[in-house]
Amino acid sequence: MIPAAFEYARASSVDEAAKLLDQYGEDAKVLAGGHSLIPLMRLRLAQPKALVDINGIKGLDQIKVEGSKLHVGALARHVDIQNSEVVKDKLPILAEVAGEVGDNQVRNMGTMGGVVAHADAAGDYPTIALILDAEIVTNKRSIAAKDFFKDLFTTPLAANEIVTEVVFPVADGPHKYIKFRRRLFDWAIVGAAAQKMNGGWRIGLTNVGPTPVRAKAVEDALQNGAKPEEAAQHASDGLNPSGDLRASPEYKKHLSRVLTRRAIEQAT
Amino acid sequence: MKHKVATTVNGRRHEHEVEPRLLLVHYLRDVVGLTGTHIGCDTSQCGACTILVDGKAVKSCTMFAVQAEGRNLTTIEGMAKDGQLHPLQQAFWDEHGLQCGYCTPGFIMAAAYLLSLNPNPTDDEIRKGLEGNLCRCTGYVNIIKSVKSAAAAMGGAPARAGEKSVAGR
Amino acid sequence: MAVTTMIGAKIHRREDPRLVSGEGRFVDDFTLPNTAHVAFVRSPYAHALIKTIDLTAASKSPGVVAIYTHKDFAKAIAGGIPVAPAFVAEKKHVPNRFPIADKEAVYQGEIVAVVLADDTYQAVDAANLIDVDYEQLPAVTDLEKALEPNSPRVHSAGQDNLAWDLTYVPDDPAAMKEADVVVKERFHHQRLAPTSIETRGVLADYSSADRNVTVWMSSQNPHLMRFYLALAIGLPESRIRVISPDVGGGFGSKCPPHPEDYLVTAASRLSGRPVKWIESRTEAIHGTAHGRGEFFDVEAGAKKDGTLVALKVTQYLDAGGYVGNLGAFQGVACLLSGGAYRWKHVSARTIGVLTNRVPTDIYRGAGRPEATHLCERTMDLLAGALKMDPVALRRKNFATEFPFTNNFGLVYDSGNYEGALDKALEMVGYEKLRREQEEGRKHGKYLGIGFSSWIELCGIGPSGPTAGATGGIGLVESAQVRVFPTGSVAVYVGTHSHGQGHDTTFTQIAADTLGIPYDMIELHHGDTAEGPAFGYGTYGSRSLAVGGMAVHKASKKVVHKARKLAAHIFEAAEDDVVFDQGQFYVKGSPDKRKGIGEIALASYGAGSSLPPEMEHGLEAVAYFDPPNFVWPFGTHIAVVDVDSETGNVELLRYIAVDDCGNIINPMIVEGQVHGGVAQGVAQALYEEVVYDDESGQMRTGTLTDYLVPTANEFPTFELGRTITPSETNELGVKGIGEAGTIASSAAVMNAVCDALSPFGIKHMDMPASPDRVWKLIHAARGASSDGHDGKEARK
Repeated sequence: MIPAAFEYARASSVDEAAKLLDQYGEDAKVLAGGHSLIPLMRLRLAQPKALVDINGIKGLDQIKVEGSKLHVGALARHVDIQNSEVVKDKLPILAEVAGEVGDNQVRNMGTMGGVVAHADAAGDYPTIALILDAEIVTNKRSIAAKDFFKDLFTTPLAANEIVTEVVFPVADGPHKYIKFRRRLFDWAIVGAAAQKMNGGWRIGLTNVGPTPVRAKAVEDALQNGAKPEEAAQHASDGLNPSGDLRASPEYKKHLSRVLTRRAIEQAT
Repeated sequence: MKHKVATTVNGRRHEHEVEPRLLLVHYLRDVVGLTGTHIGCDTSQCGACTILVDGKAVKSCTMFAVQAEGRNLTTIEGMAKDGQLHPLQQAFWDEHGLQCGYCTPGFIMAAAYLLSLNPNPTDDEIRKGLEGNLCRCTGYVNIIKSVKSAAAAMGGAPARAGEKSVAGR
Repeated sequence: MAVTTMIGAKIHRREDPRLVSGEGRFVDDFTLPNTAHVAFVRSPYAHALIKTIDLTAASKSPGVVAIYTHKDFAKAIAGGIPVAPAFVAEKKHVPNRFPIADKEAVYQGEIVAVVLADDTYQAVDAANLIDVDYEQLPAVTDLEKALEPNSPRVHSAGQDNLAWDLTYVPDDPAAMKEADVVVKERFHHQRLAPTSIETRGVLADYSSADRNVTVWMSSQNPHLMRFYLALAIGLPESRIRVISPDVGGGFGSKCPPHPEDYLVTAASRLSGRPVKWIESRTEAIHGTAHGRGEFFDVEAGAKKDGTLVALKVTQYLDAGGYVGNLGAFQGVACLLSGGAYRWKHVSARTIGVLTNRVPTDIYRGAGRPEATHLCERTMDLLAGALKMDPVALRRKNFATEFPFTNNFGLVYDSGNYEGALDKALEMVGYEKLRREQEEGRKHGKYLGIGFSSWIELCGIGPSGPTAGATGGIGLVESAQVRVFPTGSVAVYVGTHSHGQGHDTTFTQIAADTLGIPYDMIELHHGDTAEGPAFGYGTYGSRSLAVGGMAVHKASKKVVHKARKLAAHIFEAAEDDVVFDQGQFYVKGSPDKRKGIGEIALASYGAGSSLPPEMEHGLEAVAYFDPPNFVWPFGTHIAVVDVDSETGNVELLRYIAVDDCGNIINPMIVEGQVHGGVAQGVAQALYEEVVYDDESGQMRTGTLTDYLVPTANEFPTFELGRTITPSETNELGVKGIGEAGTIASSAAVMNAVCDALSPFGIKHMDMPASPDRVWKLIHAARGASSDGHDGKEARK
């Protein structure tokens, strides 16, 4: 199907991108990988009046470690995150998650910044960002992950604000992300993340609500010496997922418990 | 307002003025005139439109032509060299890896990318490498055989006979 | 007698060089100068009155050529889309289906307006500017609800929603009373979207000056399309040319005429320009005929020693907003509901019901997957009730003597059901697998083994029954074989492959029958301007058994004429002339040979050198009317693993042993089985067209939600074969195109139910998605009300 017409401009710097977004106003959108945006545009569920193409901005795709922080540039493609020696070394869970986003073709185009800014409930990176207390850095400020994912597709980003990088803590301990889906290239029906760090666990859930969920009750139970099975029972505490085509609310809650237990048990 | 876009497609340079919203797949089919790349869906699942952009597999229905500015594009029409079929094309033919043939260009391009990263994939690695492509005719069995056979012909180790292939993740 | 060197050989396909090079010619690859492109406006509602259509903004949109609505087509198209009586004698309510809605739309997706513009992008823009004032009406999108007396009417003028109600054989309650054990179940077949990777498309070029039209379309039966168009657009068949080029899959969905076929053709006439439309995937899921959409109420009884006694079947079929062209063909599910077995009594009734959904029609297997599914699931249910091994129950009741007449008078020409079963058991390692299953159950591992001993009717079909079913067209097949002066051959056939490799296999047949080298023979199909007057298309696993046989028959006619001419040239009696691998010689003088190519050249020479009464040329037309359907069969076995915590079903192994009679090209046969199995597995585990009952809206309108599986969702299928030649035709061939689908949903669901049996679960419907499986396990475990599980832990 065919997108509605729009104006198009390429930005060669973040400043230029911000200026263009200002110029075009509320109805403009940033074009990075385009693999969330373009399908919506083809179905005319999104009809931006203008696209600001940031793919040409140099330096926005860098992946580097500085001290105990891993900086992932907004334009880092999933394939690059998946294959980065730095990420595999310093935050392996992120490399594994990247390797399971969509398929090869999608991974060549989709970006960290795009997934984070789009804030789809079924996105995997937001869960990792949330449980690791990542910082989302924009051209204006730095926002803590817990303050970033406000609601489905809703973030505090202003119309002329662009994500430039996401900063994660280094964490190379036992970890596991279980992405339960039907077909291999599908979005998660429910995802469960487990990362051991700083002597404790970080546990997160994907697609059990409008935003990623940090399962603090599970983390606390583990901290208090509970076995994985027992602790995982708390994964559904406070959850109120809506049902969709693939899962009833009850099933989602059930999966959150099962997958959390498995993630903890399988974390290496 | 139209934008200039200059691309190299299968080694040949093209310059056109296009609407920004023109999808890359439509650019290839209707403007450049290469109809081997096909469209099979609206939401980027089926992969029939897969081409290589600077050597990387991309679904050309999920890119605008203007994004391909200055890039090197390879389509199915660019796979054969000097009248000789590419080993992947030959392998799909030899192994009956196609029936209606509509999804085939997309599979061949996706497989070309897969083999460029992993010249000697197992059956399961082939399945994963082709997860972004749908086929309705073959049940995938002979597609996997075809890619295996092409890998062997292209210099990977000989296709491993009797390899157990169980789907799963 | 010619040595068959080509038949049976694994010849690589001729079609492939162009297809692997991107040089295939699919409808969208054709362009004509000055073409106008179409975008359709479709009803967003399941049921609505169309009050007004405001074209003001749209008509000013850039590039718009014309916008048409019902009133423009009312004069250009006569009648409605034809509906074959099929096997249903008595139609209750078959609403007339004009290709474009007038005052009422009865399914989401029904066409309301047609926009023509200079390019597709502009057409879509303009279509989005058309303002239709709809008044929503109550809609019914559930089959059972549609049957209730106070159901909303699918068509507001209708008395009720009953499309047909036919009893094939009435129930005899006394028969079931003889049974010691009776099982009862309802089997659902969810709606499916055929989803050929190439969607539909039409390019029509009407010439007012010449008063003719050429239509390129992605069709499985271009001659039938020409016929349908002739009935509707005021041009005789002789002035209509339909070209179906390379077709990117069909699976039945490209057989029936669809509204766009008429509208695009008429729009070319109305606008005076070539007109082109290529279906988007979203349109396809909302408008191309859906498959299945049925449920069956089944009651079956057996004696305690396992002898089958009685089977009672009631089929409920969701026709959608209109009865499909071949929608009622699915009634054949009733006629084959007894499967491969001997039953004392089988009764069946078919009920077609309208709903406010996309019309349903034939889809790979068309009634036979449903028959196999209900029969094979019933066999497992009976086995469970009898505490008998499901294999033993099948063995005990197989038909073993052929020809076998089933309870509906259908005659199965040949079969060896136990042979296929035995081979499948050997391939799967049955005893070992059962031990593995038993062991696994002790450790919370749930393997399931499912059988499907399938049979089917295909090779559609003998002219008697098919003429009755279609309302006048016997589904025979035609071929023309033409030998040129240089000895090369053109073969024209009325079937049309869309993946089945006829360019290769039919040429193999012609080569062997004519004794002319394979490389000198070219197959033509898909263009109504070529070949015999009428062709019947490819569907119903008919191409080889009917079309291949027509090629064989026409080739034999050519040989027959050539032999006469050879005899004349040799000055010998015809009976003394031997034909062997393309050469003629007189008995006793094998060194003095003339090749059929030489004879061909002679046929073009001076009339005096031909026998008296013989005309020039060496070609023949043949129509093959098969004396019966053909009856392939086999046994498939699915092995699944069910994760009892998540409900996820993994298909570990799939064994398919099939018998399609003599084989022309084993590579092609295997490919057909692979693809067929994949589609049935996909139905069992993944796919479903879902409608929201409240709003009538479709929820699975894109491939994001309509789950066509990837390579990762299937294991490598393990194939075996037995060969029991058909008694119905000289080559002994049957069909195989649908067999995989016919067998597989039953095999998989039997396996799933087998895996779940330790939980006391006897039955579940498709798709066996994890949420559904888990729900059953959860309920069976009697879990606590807050949803938390019992103690079982499993990795």
